[in-house]
Amino acid sequence: MITSQPDAHGHFGPYGGRYVPEVLMNPLEELEQAYIAARKDPTFQAELNDLLANYAGRPTPLYYAKRLSTNLDGAEIYIKREDLLHTGAHKINNCLGQVLLARRMGKKRIIAETGAGQHGVATATVCALFGLKCRVYMGEEDMRRQRLNVFRMRLLGAEVVGVGTGSKTLKDAISEAMRDWVTNVADTYYLLGSALGSHPYPLMVRDFHSCIGIEAREQILKATGRLPDSIFACVGGGSNAIGIFHAFIGDASVKLIGIEAGGRGPELGEHAARMTGSLPGVLQGAYSYLLQDADGQVALTHSISAGLDYAMIGPEHAWLADRGRAEYVNCSDAEALDAACVLSRTEGLIPALESSHAVAEAIKQAPGAKGQIFIVSLSGRGDKDIDIYRENLKDLDEPDTHK
Amino acid sequence: MSPTRISKRFEQLREKGEPGLVAYITAGDPSLERTPDLVFALERGGADFIELGVPFSDPIADGPVIQRGSARALANGTNVAKVLDIARRVREKSQIPLLLFSYMNPLLRYGFERLAKDAVAAGIDGCLLTDLSVEEAEHHLGALRTAGLDTVFLAAPTSPPERLALVARYSTGFIYLVSRTGVTGEQDTVSDAVGPLVAATRKLTSLPLAVGFGIAKARDAAVVGAIAEAVVVGSAFVRLIENNAASPDLDAKLEALARELKQGAVSARKKT
Ligand SMILES: Cc1ncc(COP(=O)(O)O)c(C=O)c1O
Repeated sequence: MITSQPDAHGHFGPYGGRYVPEVLMNPLEELEQAYIAARKDPTFQAELNDLLANYAGRPTPLYYAKRLSTNLDGAEIYIKREDLLHTGAHKINNCLGQVLLARRMGKKRIIAETGAGQHGVATATVCALFGLKCRVYMGEEDMRRQRLNVFRMRLLGAEVVGVGTGSKTLKDAISEAMRDWVTNVADTYYLLGSALGSHPYPLMVRDFHSCIGIEAREQILKATGRLPDSIFACVGGGSNAIGIFHAFIGDASVKLIGIEAGGRGPELGEHAARMTGSLPGVLQGAYSYLLQDADGQVALTHSISAGLDYAMIGPEHAWLADRGRAEYVNCSDAEALDAACVLSRTEGLIPALESSHAVAEAIKQAPGAKGQIFIVSLSGRGDKDIDIYRENLKDLDEPDTHK
Repeated sequence: MSPTRISKRFEQLREKGEPGLVAYITAGDPSLERTPDLVFALERGGADFIELGVPFSDPIADGPVIQRGSARALANGTNVAKVLDIARRVREKSQIPLLLFSYMNPLLRYGFERLAKDAVAAGIDGCLLTDLSVEEAEHHLGALRTAGLDTVFLAAPTSPPERLALVARYSTGFIYLVSRTGVTGEQDTVSDAVGPLVAATRKLTSLPLAVGFGIAKARDAAVVGAIAEAVVVGSAFVRLIENNAASPDLDAKLEALARELKQGAVSARKKT
């Protein structure tokens, strides 16, 4: 049976590890020790489970999308409703886990990066809940396209710091957060928002999201009496995907499908599809597949969804891909937009643009899959993306559509 | 491994009772053509070692000054091969010890085996990668050492004795002590962390110790020169290059700053 656990130094096969300035090596070691101790501590787990249930809203439903399935006349599609969680996306699972850890470690100040702003909002939320100082780094381009989330973070009492270097997106926000952490490491906890970065982050973030897959596995067995045939999840850094995949890794019959951002096209710079021919490299603490040029400079990326717009895939995904346990495909900006419209109108669910990529792939594969069962991770709801939907669906935005 | 130009220079400095000056500049800033002349200017001013920065797109350990220098160098098309060309041009006229200073990915992409061979052929003496921990370096050290390159690692105020011992074990040539927790960039004073870090590292190694991050003035060079074998200065030179990129006096200004810093460092030993 295939399993997926890192070695003692946080390597998933050749990937992952700790590629950071020496200043951070001991703090990462301390974080790992604190996490291992917390993981074994029943009071930590009890407090986390209580917050997940009563504050965040777990378990989330596994919803049978009957109209969508009927219209496509193929696979039976079930939707894992992470969009129903407090703050509107899966990100809160990880933030609750890490904030409890930060408190346990006696840290008074929390920093985070954010792309789509969902992780930033979830971080600002848990900091408000625990009375901790919170600073969120966000690329200026992302601040523009996810303006609503910038305001939500500020309303929650967090300080949002714009990052104007590089592509002004998630990658640049992570660099700036790492520089802050290097400087203020004694009292500051870096609450990283995806299954990325140096060990123990990819492991820890995955563990905190593994409830998604554990619930989904029980729910689908209860609903249908069998395991699903395929699971679809979008992959930015890879946290919602690894969270839903993990409980199924040992179930060889279940196909695990990660969907990356195909953006505007296949040329370097136009997409964030790391698994279509990029080479492994080192960025921001880890070794994994990385979009880069021939000189090893990190390539610019593009996606309509800020949360998928990043040059590296999380190391555990790289390893699952190499071993053939998961497969990675991509959907274009246009396909994601179409899928969002379809889901909105057949099921009354307006998805986040990130999640729309997973929906798009399920819609693509469903017609040829009669008799099969699909699960789609609906990692977040679309409120944050309304401005982007409006820009792209101009005909819906006329003052009077009855002309 | 026979001693590199780095070890030989530290030996000469020891005989003279003089601390060394390590000067960092980003190769290709303000242009690929000018970098060799900037190295010669720094040498005339008294720099003992040159760190040639190979720019990386995402320099997480660098503050704004070196970030901007890296961006300028990248815009000029700087890559590993072109930095090795610069080293060859320096070697036509000078035997100053040269280190490649970079992040992991540009070198990984070039290939460590190939890099080791080409770097030695170009006259490079050592290699220092900011985001390469000793733990992850294991696989790559063989190639660099076999080719005859020194591998320098960083130690930091957050490194406990076990990690200092690891850093000492994996380093050759010298050990680079990071003066404070933080990114590169000029500071007003030398961090209080330096003294204890130097003392703790001394207990574990006989390698020369170079202290850097934040040192920008002769006064600070003196503080460091009193207790370490070398002072590393980077952002102050890169800022001077930024502010005088188009000036015909750039070489002279760099030379003057190097002289000031070297004299600062040397003055500390004279007093004691
Ligand atoms: C709703 C939603 N889904 C997915 C992602 C992508 O992140 P990950 O791949 O870590 O799940 C984001 C990131 O911002 C998000 O907001």
